[in-house]
Amino acid sequence: MINKKIKINNERMFVDELITGDIVDAGTSIYFKTGSWRSEMPIFDKKKCVNCLICWISCPDSSIKISFDTKNITNVDGIDYDHCKGCGICASECPTKSITMIEEKK
Amino acid sequence: MIKTVSKNGKIMAKTGNEAIAEAMRQIEPDVVAAYPITPATEIVQIFSQFVSDGIVKSKYIAVESEHSALSATIAASAAGSRAMTGTSSQGLCYMSEMLYIASGLRLPIVMTDVNRAISAPINIHADHSDTMSVRDSGWIQIYSENSQDAYDNIIQAVKIAERAMLPVIVTMDGFIISHCMEVVEVYRDIDVKKFVGIYKPKRYLLDIKNPYTLGSIDLQDYYFEHRYQLAKAVVDSKKIILDVAEEFKELFGREYDLCEKYMIDDAEIAMIVLGSTAGTIKDEIKKIREEGIKIGLLKIRIYRPFPVEQVVENLKNIKVVAVMDRSDSCSGAFSPLYSDVVSSLYSHGIIDIKVVNYIYGLGGREINNLHIKNICDDLNKILLGIEKQPYEVKYVNIRKK
Ligand code: SF4
Ligand code: SF4
Repeated sequence: MINKKIKINNERMFVDELITGDIVDAGTSIYFKTGSWRSEMPIFDKKKCVNCLICWISCPDSSIKISFDTKNITNVDGIDYDHCKGCGICASECPTKSITMIEEKK
Repeated sequence: MIKTVSKNGKIMAKTGNEAIAEAMRQIEPDVVAAYPITPATEIVQIFSQFVSDGIVKSKYIAVESEHSALSATIAASAAGSRAMTGTSSQGLCYMSEMLYIASGLRLPIVMTDVNRAISAPINIHADHSDTMSVRDSGWIQIYSENSQDAYDNIIQAVKIAERAMLPVIVTMDGFIISHCMEVVEVYRDIDVKKFVGIYKPKRYLLDIKNPYTLGSIDLQDYYFEHRYQLAKAVVDSKKIILDVAEEFKELFGREYDLCEKYMIDDAEIAMIVLGSTAGTIKDEIKKIREEGIKIGLLKIRIYRPFPVEQVVENLKNIKVVAVMDRSDSCSGAFSPLYSDVVSSLYSHGIIDIKVVNYIYGLGGREINNLHIKNICDDLNKILLGIEKQPYEVKYVNIRKK
């Protein structure tokens, strides 16, 4: 019920509508696109990846996209560029060098 | 001498610290996290004994500092439990950063602060510098005159905090109250438990079916609204405090208000004070009144929210007032209580009253009947036009040539 109250596109809630002292719902960071903060960009190479999920567990912005295949095995699909801030942790942690950082082109 | 007013109350000899620990036993909060500091050590020492003896079911977290004590209390409260802590002086200073988090997140934490001077130089005795230094942190502040007050205040604080969604500090003067054995009427456990009830938070983080975010970044778009909510909640808590006092009176028989009036209705000169010195002043006022001098006292019980309306109402017909501060703001201007009193009066158009700022009792410096008498003489001279109103702060009982 609270979720529906979130107004996007600069429509702001009034003080009386706001829940006291905290944010209305969980997971609202999805609405806040931080991808534009990047100066470097991770490039994911699916061929090298062994789906160990080290990148997924290390990413401070939950920006490693995953999915489950028919056998319910977790696969890494790539990077969520809407939220990835380009910190490079995934590239640094990946044991198979499946992620490399390149300069961000605007 | 305290008399029983509750049908089932029991008179017991207790120090202020023991009275608070006793109230905490009866309240039985879910979580207590604290770090010992003189003169508040006994509160958590006694309470932790209750925990280890299995007398209470509360979870006690022994932390390594006051910063962690309040952090743990905040986390416990955010998780949905009734959480309490206690400290004094440097401990409160060390909690300072987290005080603003607790009020900003609107967590109904209840804390006892045993008022003690702030270092340096080191001093373990009473003054109000510690709580005054955090007077604008969004916490409700309740000052106690004696152990009975402290005991009653902490019980009421639980209800006030949870209804107002604001944290509350209950204070009592170090050693003067905390270590002084007095008779206190202790109520039945069952009545205290009935009074505070079961805490049912509107939202809490361990409610996994209704997840929400707490303490995230809040910039130009919403921060101002959230701070406005906090400021408004502090103002609105006056009504809650009075409602809780009414419920308290119904169950236990003792009356509480935002301020306490003492012989002030027909007074020409008056004093305003916080905490234990109110007792000394009342005693001296009784004697001064016999000389035909019309003097009264207004004791501020609730310092935050500041009882602006009551101060104005009670002072509007007074000619000369002494505002007694037990802390020095070292501001180059005036001290906290004085500033609040004068701005309350001025904002309500009461401007032809002479208000003098006295600072007394820093670091436990004695304040006795004679000092009160001298202040009364000063006020009387100003009233009669023999002396002019001083324009600077007056220091009581300081050695000065
Ligand atoms: S660069 Fe940083 S933010 Fe982007 S996906 Fe990798 S770990 Fe996450
Ligand atoms: S750390 Fe490297 S190998 Fe492991 S899942 Fe991520 S990209 Fe694939």
